[in-house]
Amino acid sequence: MEYRTIEELLNLAEQENTSLAEIVLRVEMEESELSRNEIEELMLDNLEVMRQSISRGINNKIKTGGGLVGQEALKMKNYYQKDKQDFTIHNKVISYALAVAEVNAGMGKIIAGPTAGASGIVPAVVVALAEELELKDHKVIEALFTASGLGYVISKKATLSGAAGGCQAECGAAAAMAAGAAVELKGGNPKMVVNAFALALKNMLGLVCDPVAGLVEVPCVKRNAFAAAHALTASAMARAGIESVIPADEVINAMTDIGEQMPNTLKETSKGGLAVCETALKIKDELFNN
Amino acid sequence: MGIFEIMGPAMIGPSSSHTAGAARIGRMAALLFAEKIDKAVVKLHGSFADTAVGHGTDKAIIGGLLGFKPDDERLRDSFSWAEKKGMDYLIEEIKLRDVHPNTALIELSNQSTAQSISVLAASIGGGSIEVREINASPVKLTGRLPTLWIRHKDRPGEIALITTVLGEHQINIAFMQVYRNRRGDIGSSILELDQKPPQAVLDQLEKCKDIYQLRYLPAL
Repeated sequence: MEYRTIEELLNLAEQENTSLAEIVLRVEMEESELSRNEIEELMLDNLEVMRQSISRGINNKIKTGGGLVGQEALKMKNYYQKDKQDFTIHNKVISYALAVAEVNAGMGKIIAGPTAGASGIVPAVVVALAEELELKDHKVIEALFTASGLGYVISKKATLSGAAGGCQAECGAAAAMAAGAAVELKGGNPKMVVNAFALALKNMLGLVCDPVAGLVEVPCVKRNAFAAAHALTASAMARAGIESVIPADEVINAMTDIGEQMPNTLKETSKGGLAVCETALKIKDELFNN
Repeated sequence: MGIFEIMGPAMIGPSSSHTAGAARIGRMAALLFAEKIDKAVVKLHGSFADTAVGHGTDKAIIGGLLGFKPDDERLRDSFSWAEKKGMDYLIEEIKLRDVHPNTALIELSNQSTAQSISVLAASIGGGSIEVREINASPVKLTGRLPTLWIRHKDRPGEIALITTVLGEHQINIAFMQVYRNRRGDIGSSILELDQKPPQAVLDQLEKCKDIYQLRYLPAL
């Protein structure tokens, strides 16, 4: 059994009358020659690391390499804990995504899913929703398998590297993976998962990678929060039955196309965009020339 | 490639290329040296040099040299660990020609044995690495699979001898490269294997008279 496109993944799930997560797990068993139990244990370990990074980020000031961020998650948590009206899943997801991204920027331990720079998005959506829905860990990792399978197809058909495809390939891909995972957690069918994925990715197309001073801090940390919120939007639309007019695989192809046309100055070289604006250059100078 | 390369690995941030890959480069260099490192000189090129401090590239390489893996929390404090473990280190910038933008040249030495090694390696994206030179001789070492690095006499039949020993123990070779500087001089072979070779295989190979040096490098 194998899948190289989202359509193949979806077809397999529909033929076998099961979830995308189950197909992803079965293919991984074949590929790795590990047992179901061993693979589930590995994913449970990843879930634990995700939770630890969230907890560290929302409860502590983080000292980052460039010091441009470090207490965003803490501020967000303090904000929504003050007033019950603000205590929404949306705000919680934002705080969790900020938390992981800040821990990453501060040389903390994270799961690079799919990349370190976009490591806040999938954990934020999956862990916050799991808390909200009071799901058992074995159910939660199903969403991580789904997200992995979706990301796997992007890695095969396109790229998950900002240097090769811009931020659309990192935060864009992560948002799409998280959107699919959110649908899975909420009990949506495989088709809805795929639509959520396509909707989320489609609306992150064209995103460039222009980090200030070459650091994974600005705009990366806050962008993780925006992308996580974006995933929630896509998952809600898909669960409402809204479909992506452009099929998921074609959206991935478009991403590749856009990535190839994107100038190198906007692909993790810090030679264009935000990275060369006045304030960014000043920050860079202060950080590295003193 | 499996799903844990997508949802993973667990690593110390902030960058898979500049932090996790850097730690792997350090660890690979230490494995290649296989002696206690008294002094390490780390020369950073290109983007590695430009953004080392913000990405912890310097700390990650030093941590890797101490044997820390990319998910080891001690990477953050690797400079003080180096002091504790008696490893002197120096971090410099260098401008190299025709190399990947994320390249490090690492020179390691041991005072009591007077041994030294130089390793040129690049972090090629997503935490993957490639050792491109050992002691200024070109190689291509990725650490993706269990690997044997063997320095041996450049003579007919030497490769056959090595592969026969592996074959007898049912060890499959996935990828193989052979290099030499001059005909009849020292050759070096890199064998990437599908499984970890048992100690008996390593012992048997080491006893062969035309094998000068053998290193087993576990998958990183």
